[in-house]
Amino acid sequence: MKILVAVKRVVDYNIKVRIKTDGSDVDIEGVKMGINPFDENAIEEALRLKESGLATEVLVVAIGTSANQDVLRHALAMGADRTILLEAAIAIQPLATAKLLKAMVLREQPDLIILGKQAIDDDTGHLGQMLAALLDYPQGAFASALQMEGNECLVTREVDGGTETIALMLPAVVTADLRLNNPRFVKLPNLMMARKKIIETINDSEFSINTEPRLNLLKVSEPPTRKAGIKVGSVEELLSKLRAHEGILL
Amino acid sequence: MTTLILAEILTQHDGQQLSPAVLQAVTAAQFWNSPIHLLIVGNNTAAMAQKAASISCVERVIHTNSDQFSHPIAEDVASLIISISHDYEVILAAHSSFSRNVLPRVAALLDVEMISDVLEIKANNTYVRAVYAGNVLTTIQSIDALQVLTIHASSFNAQSLEGDAEIVSIASPAEFGKTRWLSEVRSQSDRPALSAAKVVVSGGRSLASAENFQQLLSPLADKLGAALGATRAAVDAGFAPNDIQVGQTGIVVAPELYIAVGVSGAVQHIYGMKDSRIVVAINQDPDAPIFQVADYGLVADLFEAIPALTAAL
Repeated sequence: MKILVAVKRVVDYNIKVRIKTDGSDVDIEGVKMGINPFDENAIEEALRLKESGLATEVLVVAIGTSANQDVLRHALAMGADRTILLEAAIAIQPLATAKLLKAMVLREQPDLIILGKQAIDDDTGHLGQMLAALLDYPQGAFASALQMEGNECLVTREVDGGTETIALMLPAVVTADLRLNNPRFVKLPNLMMARKKIIETINDSEFSINTEPRLNLLKVSEPPTRKAGIKVGSVEELLSKLRAHEGILL
Repeated sequence: MTTLILAEILTQHDGQQLSPAVLQAVTAAQFWNSPIHLLIVGNNTAAMAQKAASISCVERVIHTNSDQFSHPIAEDVASLIISISHDYEVILAAHSSFSRNVLPRVAALLDVEMISDVLEIKANNTYVRAVYAGNVLTTIQSIDALQVLTIHASSFNAQSLEGDAEIVSIASPAEFGKTRWLSEVRSQSDRPALSAAKVVVSGGRSLASAENFQQLLSPLADKLGAALGATRAAVDAGFAPNDIQVGQTGIVVAPELYIAVGVSGAVQHIYGMKDSRIVVAINQDPDAPIFQVADYGLVADLFEAIPALTAAL
């Protein structure tokens, strides 16, 4: 079984992004970047399937500028067998990304595709479902557990109010929730070795897919903030304040 | 022009009902000033269709009655929507794990870039939505002819129940066949559903253990008739089940009263509760960011203040 994992390079999750003074976009110039956390879960799950003898190859793909080499090296250091950088100059939105990944899937013929459930920059969470749609594959979105059984992949999905388990006939697309696993730490020697490995590069023009954005960014702004209220000194004071509000029955 | 709303069926201990967020979705759909159709995908949906027909401003309720949809899978729901999509210029739903699973599939099949968790709808297919875990708002304009979106329910008012829509039942499409539904685990609780509760009591990492979480918060929630919530930190530490996580990656709530107990106030948590009408924060740490969004803050030892509060109710 061959597994394809797609990863995205995003602003590090610890960083609070700033808005450019003209409000045209967020300012990520010089900001620390890294692999999207959910994508690390996706790689980890693929590696575990390989280590348990169920998968033979883990291929990791990134789309974007050459800056994405760092997240692919991270994937190699984690244990990925092979990486491909699909070079694209402009920021690519989820539908176009799904089209490019579909082309990659047709080229590489993986049996299982694992993606992160959403990227922590645009927070859309569309890609896996869109890719499954374009390929006419089954989809297992927001997976918190995954198990192979014959030609099926059993996926336990996080849904509102609980979990559900579905069986997907391969080939299939799965998107990883944080609870799927705990990604391994990358050891320094592995990172050094990953630097020597070759990252295959393909230009997106090879696929002649229109990746023009369908959503135009008009402006970015700060969200309105809730105003801080008052501090109360005791439980009694808290209750008397709350009881003074219309519609709050205590 | 017609707008289609995908309604969600919630399964609870007392049976199935429509998600109340559909009322907000109808208000959002009114922006287009066009007839609104509501789609209910399930089995034995007659009673729910009847109820939905009373939602003001809905012209038609379309429902399925098929065993295939007892436990709907995204692939089949998407193909059902595609089978009727030619009648619609806008397809929308309230943002939830159900719609997030189905609508991106629909959008891709229609060659549309979807817009998720919309906070505000503006003229000319322009929308405001949050990115970076709610830290930044973007205003974006879609150039697609068809609009596929989910709305952030608490940003819209609930529609009233004075309507009288026609009810139409439709046949199910051919089964996708490559996905099988196996089982589900519903969290057992007599408490109200988190997303619909009038009062929510949420616990954070300061509760220090799963036992404390239950022993301190359950009696308080019981007295208030409240739903229990938790922060990501409390869930990750194993103090609370993950399906009650409030936040950007969990459930977004907007109750009348939100009581945050031992919650520090991480950005991703605040995103999930900042639309609550009144926020109370009880925390030992006077500098906890949660106090910046709380109407009433009480700096106190949780293990004394919560039992005292429960006893005083």
